[in-house]
Amino acid sequence: MTAEKMTKQRIDAASIDHMGRAGTAMRSSLVGVVMLATTLAAGCINVSAPDDPIVIELNINIRQEVIYRLAEDAASTIDENADIF
Amino acid sequence: MEGLKIMTKLRKIALSGAIAALITTGIAGPAQAQRDPAYAQARASGQIGEKMDGYLGVVGAETSQLRRLVNDINIKRRAVYAKRAQAANATLEEYALTAGCEAISRTQAGEKYQSPDGSWQTRTSAAPLRDPRCP
Repeated sequence: MTAEKMTKQRIDAASIDHMGRAGTAMRSSLVGVVMLATTLAAGCINVSAPDDPIVIELNINIRQEVIYRLAEDAASTIDENADIF
Repeated sequence: MEGLKIMTKLRKIALSGAIAALITTGIAGPAQAQRDPAYAQARASGQIGEKMDGYLGVVGAETSQLRRLVNDINIKRRAVYAKRAQAANATLEEYALTAGCEAISRTQAGEKYQSPDGSWQTRTSAAPLRDPRCP
């Protein structure tokens, strides 16, 4: 084995060793993130979507809003036209 | 001097308001006539009922006389609804339905009205069955 080859081999070994250490660091930080997420999730308020279709409910609300707006006017119309009500 | 001017102005405004009120009541007066005796009788006997849509309907067996009576009033109601709906920036149907809510709640015990399922009901002393959207 030449000196050049020997050096290359040593570099390779060193880089593998370095990568191994980085992997361990990454793994431990990942565990930390998971633990943090679990802790946060436990304190979260879960909001679930309603089972009923929202569009239909909205449609009813709009109509009711209109009826409420007109109610007073309609009552006075009936008062003023007592002969046909 | 300035105060006197304001006072005169205020008096003028108050006077015009009083005149306007007098004119309004003068116009509303004749419209507040009583129901036609034939209509009042058909209503009291339950031959005619208040529908959910704001119009009258024939409840039992339909006679030409009852149909004419109902049509005549419904045409008049429709004209009133159309005018008021336009003024209130609403559709004719919206206004008529709102008036229907009110007309049904004003029915007297023994009179007929249409419930949300479409059937004719006799009004009792209890609250009438109305559309859930009614105020």
